[in-house]
Formats: sequence, C-alpha cells, structure tokens
Amino acid sequence: MASTVSDGKVFNLLFAGVGGQGVLLGAEITALAAVSEGYDVKQTEVHGVSQRGGSVETHVRFGARVWSPVVTPGKADLVVGLEVLEALRFAHFASLREGLILVNQHEIIPGSVKNAEQDYPHGSVEFMRSRGYRVLPLEASRLARDLGDARMANVVMIGAASILLPLTHDAWLETLHRRIPERFRQSNLEAFAAGREAACDVEALRASRPERS
Amino acid sequence: MKRELLLGNQAIARGAWEAGVQFAAGYPGTPSTEILETLSRYPEVHSQWSANEKVAFEEGMGAAIGGLRTMITMKHVGLNVAADPFMVFPYAGTNAGFLLISADDPGMHSSQNEQDNRYLARMAKVPVIEPSDAQECKDFVRLALELSESFGTPVMMRTTTRLAHHKGLVSLGERREADPKPFERDPRRFAVPIYRRLLRPQVEARLERLQQHAETVSVNRIEPGGPKVGVVTSGISYQYVKEVLPEAGVLRLGMTYPLPANLLRDFCSRYELVYVVEEGEAFIEEFMRTLGITNLQGKERFGVIGEYSPGRLAGALGLEEVPQPLNGEIKIMPRPPMFCVGCGHRTVFSALRQLKVTVAGDIGCYTMGALPPYEASHTTFSMGASIGTAFGLERAGQERVVAIIGDSTFVHAGIPALIDAVYNGSHLTLVILDNSTTGMTGGQPHPASGKSLTGAEAPKLNLLAMCEAAGVRQVQLVDTWDRKGVMGALRTALAHPGPSVVIAQGQCQQLPEMKHRELVPFYVDEGLCTQCEACFKVWCPAILRNERNFPEIVPAQCTACTVCAQVCPTEAIYPFAREPLLRT
Repeated sequence: MASTVSDGKVFNLLFAGVGGQGVLLGAEITALAAVSEGYDVKQTEVHGVSQRGGSVETHVRFGARVWSPVVTPGKADLVVGLEVLEALRFAHFASLREGLILVNQHEIIPGSVKNAEQDYPHGSVEFMRSRGYRVLPLEASRLARDLGDARMANVVMIGAASILLPLTHDAWLETLHRRIPERFRQSNLEAFAAGREAACDVEALRASRPERS
Repeated sequence: MKRELLLGNQAIARGAWEAGVQFAAGYPGTPSTEILETLSRYPEVHSQWSANEKVAFEEGMGAAIGGLRTMITMKHVGLNVAADPFMVFPYAGTNAGFLLISADDPGMHSSQNEQDNRYLARMAKVPVIEPSDAQECKDFVRLALELSESFGTPVMMRTTTRLAHHKGLVSLGERREADPKPFERDPRRFAVPIYRRLLRPQVEARLERLQQHAETVSVNRIEPGGPKVGVVTSGISYQYVKEVLPEAGVLRLGMTYPLPANLLRDFCSRYELVYVVEEGEAFIEEFMRTLGITNLQGKERFGVIGEYSPGRLAGALGLEEVPQPLNGEIKIMPRPPMFCVGCGHRTVFSALRQLKVTVAGDIGCYTMGALPPYEASHTTFSMGASIGTAFGLERAGQERVVAIIGDSTFVHAGIPALIDAVYNGSHLTLVILDNSTTGMTGGQPHPASGKSLTGAEAPKLNLLAMCEAAGVRQVQLVDTWDRKGVMGALRTALAHPGPSVVIAQGQCQQLPEMKHRELVPFYVDEGLCTQCEACFKVWCPAILRNERNFPEIVPAQCTACTVCAQVCPTEAIYPFAREPLLRT
C-alpha cells in the first residue's frame, strides 16, 4: 500500500472478529482518524443479536469521495481479523494482489456449534497463503495481555494497521486520545505502540507473502 | 459548517431535533433502536419508549393532532403491530407533522422475516420517503414533516439495515421550533366513524395531489449519464449504483410513494435499457410495469431476497466475478451468537432441556435457546406469540407445554395472550425471563424495569401481581442463577394442574449497573479439579481449556454468577482475588 492517497483511490478496510472483542471500536477509531485527515469516510456497523458472541464484521472506506459503505469481496486493501476463524471467514474480501490480511493469532471456539472444539480449523494462516493471500499473523492478544488486559487486542491490531494506511501517526494518536476514556488511555496507547512495532518487523512482512508468488 | 461522522439512525435523531420535533416514541427493534436513544439526549424533545408500537403510534397520533411535531420509530415488524391505527389515521389526517420511521431488515440480520413496508404504506395510502445516506437521513426528516403538514398526512420514512447502521459525514444545523397548531375538536374528522365515508374521497384526492408533488419534488432527481443504460433506484442502493455503474444515467427516487408516473416514463424513454435497483420487493418496478414500460430489468436480474451490495450488483450485471468465501481443505464453521458470560437464561434452558418439554419461544436473546447446546426452544414467530402458540400446541395434544418470554416482550404483547390462555382453560407453564431490560436490542428500559428512556425512575409494573390478576393461581419467583431453584420451580409448575408462571429474575449482564460493579471473579483450583468437564457443560464463554487441559476462567470476563461453581462436584471453583475487581 502506498503511503499517500492517489487521486480517486478509495481505501477499503474490513474488521472481523467475535462479538465482544471490540471490532466496532477498532473500526471506529480508524474511521475517525481518516475523518481528521480530511477524507470522506463511510463505515458499516453491526447491531442487535449478532453482537452476542457471534461473528462480527465492520467495513471502513475512505478517500476523496466514497459512495457505498460496503466493501466488495476481493477489493479490501486490508482485512483486520481479531480472531483466526473470523479472519478466514472474511479473507476473500482481501484483494489478492495488493491486499493484506492481518491476523491476531487468537482462537475462540464457537460456543453454540456442535463439536466445535474438535472441528475448529487450525492452520488457517497457511491455508489463506496457499490460496495466494498475503497474511501477516500477529500475537495481538498476547501482547495486550502482557500490557495488562487481553481485551486491548483490538487496539494492538489497529496499531499494526496504522503503519499500512496513509494516515499520519498524529491523527491516530489524537483520535485515540479523543475516543479512549482517560483511565484506559495510557494502556491503550501502549497497546497501539506495541502493534505498530510488531507490524514494523520486516521479517514478518516478508514472511507474509503467499507461497506461490 | 460542523460535520460529524454519524450513524444513519443518529442522523435521523439529529434531523428530528433540528426540525423541531417535540414528541417522539417507539419500541426498540433492530435496526431502529438508536434513533430514540440518540434523541433522548436532547431535552427539547419528549422522547420515550412505549409498551409496544401500536401504543407508540396512537400516542403519536394524539400528540400530532394536538399540535406537536411528532416522530414514531419502529422496526419493520413493529408496523404490523401498529397497523391498526396506521391504516386509519390517514382518513382524519394530521395537524402537526407526523413522521413514522419504519426500519426494514433485508437479510434478516436481526429479524424473523423480510418485509418491505412500502406495501403497508401503499395500503394505508401514506406517502413514503427513502433517504440514501446519513446526510439525507437527517435532511429528509424536515422534508417529511413539511410534507406531512402541507398535505395533512402522516408520512413514512423507510430505512433499511445498511442505511440505518452505516456511518457517514453529516453537516449539522440548528434547531428551528415549529409553529404551534392547537387541537380543534372536529367530530366529523376525528370522532365519528360514519363520517369516514365522507373522508374517503378526500384520501384519494390527497394521493393524487401527492403524486403530482412527486413529479417535481427535489429528492426525485435525474442524474444524466448514459448513453444506453439508465438506472432507477432508491435508498442505500443508490450508493451501490454509483459505485458499480458510475457512468449510467440515474433516476434517484427519494419519494417512492406515490410514484411519479411522468418522470418515470420520461426517464425510461431516454434509454435502451433501464435497471431498477431497489432493496426488498419489486415496489417501484411493479408500478413501472403498470405504466406499460417494458425496457426494464429489476428483480429478475438482481433478486428479491436479502441485502444488496456493490458486489451483488456487479455480479448480477456480469461485470466481474466476486470472490466467494475460502472453503476447501479447511471448512469455515459458522459462529452464531450465544448467551453472554453470566447470562441468566442459561440455567432455564439447561433445565428445560433436561425436562424434555415442548417449549414455545418468543422474540429476544432467548431465541438462542433453540440453538446448540440447549436446543430447548421449539417455535419462534412474533412478539408475544409464545403463549398463544403454547396454548395451541397444548390443544393439539402436546403434553407439558412451556411458553418462554422475556419481560419486555411480555409487556409488549404477552399480557393479552396470558389472559386469553387462562380464560380458555389452559394449564400451560409460562416462564418469564425477567432481566429488567430489553436485552437483544442493547438494553432499553420498559414498563416493568422501573426506568424510563432518559434513565429516570419510573413506575414499575409488578409482573407477579399482573399474572395473578390474569387468574394464574401459581406464580413463583426464582433467582435465575440458582440452578436447583430454577429446576425446582419448573417441576412444581409443571405438576400444577392449572396454568402456572415462573418468573426467573436476574438482571441482564449488559446493563451498566451489572457491567460496572465490584465483584470477585471465580477461579478453578487445579488441586481440587478432577477434569470431569461438568463446568464446560455450562457453556460459559469465560471458561476456557488451558494448556494443561484444565478449565480456566478468564477473570476479566467472569461475572461471578456462580453457576459453574454450582455444577462442580468437587468444589474446585470458588471466588478468588486479593481484592475485589472493579469491572470496567
């Protein structure tokens, strides 16, 4: 991804995870950071029953002029998966050539599916790569837990996303300051920095290339 | 001008405030709920949750003929409940502006059916407007109220899920108060049904005038393009059309009932082929066909079921192949929603499963009792239907039938059904899951929760006295987190010869007072645990299997509901913390 927006280019992002993981908050911070940079922005949200531990997806699009709030499969510049199975579920939204799938290496077994524990798909990262997708796995939940609260995995992930998007570091920090309540602010800023650092790891980026490329 | 990133629903609320709305009511329902939640923060507007949509609509009629600018909100199926006044109100017509928001849910994200309420509006002879983005969600509120006042008719705004639940940038304005329009007693208009015959021709005449208006109203606009293909569209689909067919000529209909016949004929005459792109039924398309327009394609190409999207349009037009989910060596298992950590509904469904009774369910989070691991709820239809369905199943020979309903749904439409069941000699058992809120839509107060929309204390409906007054002799109150207590109460109720009620009490864990409280999380003592797996059978999302194959409770998620400790045969689960944890 380029570090500046060429004219007419609309950035397509999809955030996926399990209800309760803070999928919406991660998307909202990204959308607000894009607003503060002067972009036209649209975002989808999920409300109602899906939030109860179900699969949750949120789309964010920004650019000079955005029509649809919904991202088309195959067009996402970035898929941010807060959970492995959910990253896999929405992997096909990523653009094969230019897109990247960020995956939090964290597995949550679906609670209301028969034999879920036996049937849960492991090895999804390799599977996505075998289909030609660029995948960058991150230990966001572990990093967040080390910083005091595993629930900040969403902010670790947007920290990682931040180096891949044409938004300034200041815009991210200013948005985090505005959006995160004071008592959680410091820890979330640390989570954001940890995600940024993790994604800066050049080795990891190199390894993210698909096998057959 | 100040611009903010707002949800479609938040923009509608802002629009209502700016347009001088004075009275707003509704019943929570996805995707409409956030409208009133947002509006309740503006002190100039009286905003309230009503017991159900019919009551909300009727309160709105009174407010509007009494001179208050009024907005009533509900999800699509809510209008079925309010259909009775909705069909009648247009005869009398309104005094001050009356706007009904009907939020349709194509794709059934959080609904029991798909339903295009433009047909209901046509049946009621009520004009329909359809905004296409968040900015229009705000702007169309004023437009609708002005339309309502200048034609003396209620107006319906139809939204769909993606419109209601997408965010876009919205320019904000200031509030302008509406002129007062005091109520005037007019029996011919408002009171005596026989005179409605005189009003009937006026309704038709008004529709004709509205149709003329639709020909020139600014929100029905042509965006030139072409040369060969034109598109007629409305609502959020307009955005998808602009995305997928940026060069095409577009007739964007912001007012979709009555439809502008001349404008449609004129537009279609300019193109070889016209696509009709509308979410839901072929509402615009059918009208165009009645005009004799034949160079069009709509549902046959784009389909009638589910939500639209740019990908779906591009696929239907053969413009590109849209990638499908990655299935192959690895199968993507579904992840349906489930009960939250500490949800009080678990014990009830666990007991019902064990008792193997037939259970008629209702609308709320507890519809998830039909899913694994419980599979203990066997019907779901409409609000309040559990009790009537249970009664019918009982008549049809099912023994030991249980109806299960939430407190909010019971107040909404369950009370007449309970009165009826008792009156007609049923011996069903009704379980009221009393969690003090409307849980599935995100925790809205209701008449039995003791709070109002603004959070103020309100008179609290006594559910127990209500059931007794209906003639139920055996009503039991039980703590929903007491497994044995719940099972005992259900057994007692099922053994009772007449109708019986069990009220399982326990606040929803998503309520702020439950989320932000001091508690001591529970912990698994691996020295005492025998790995018998009993606690896993509670199906609590906070109980995970650790690398030593022991259960482990995530402290940040535990609500100290105690249910896992109750099932542990070796008392290996108990509260553990150096100091109470303040939940955040």
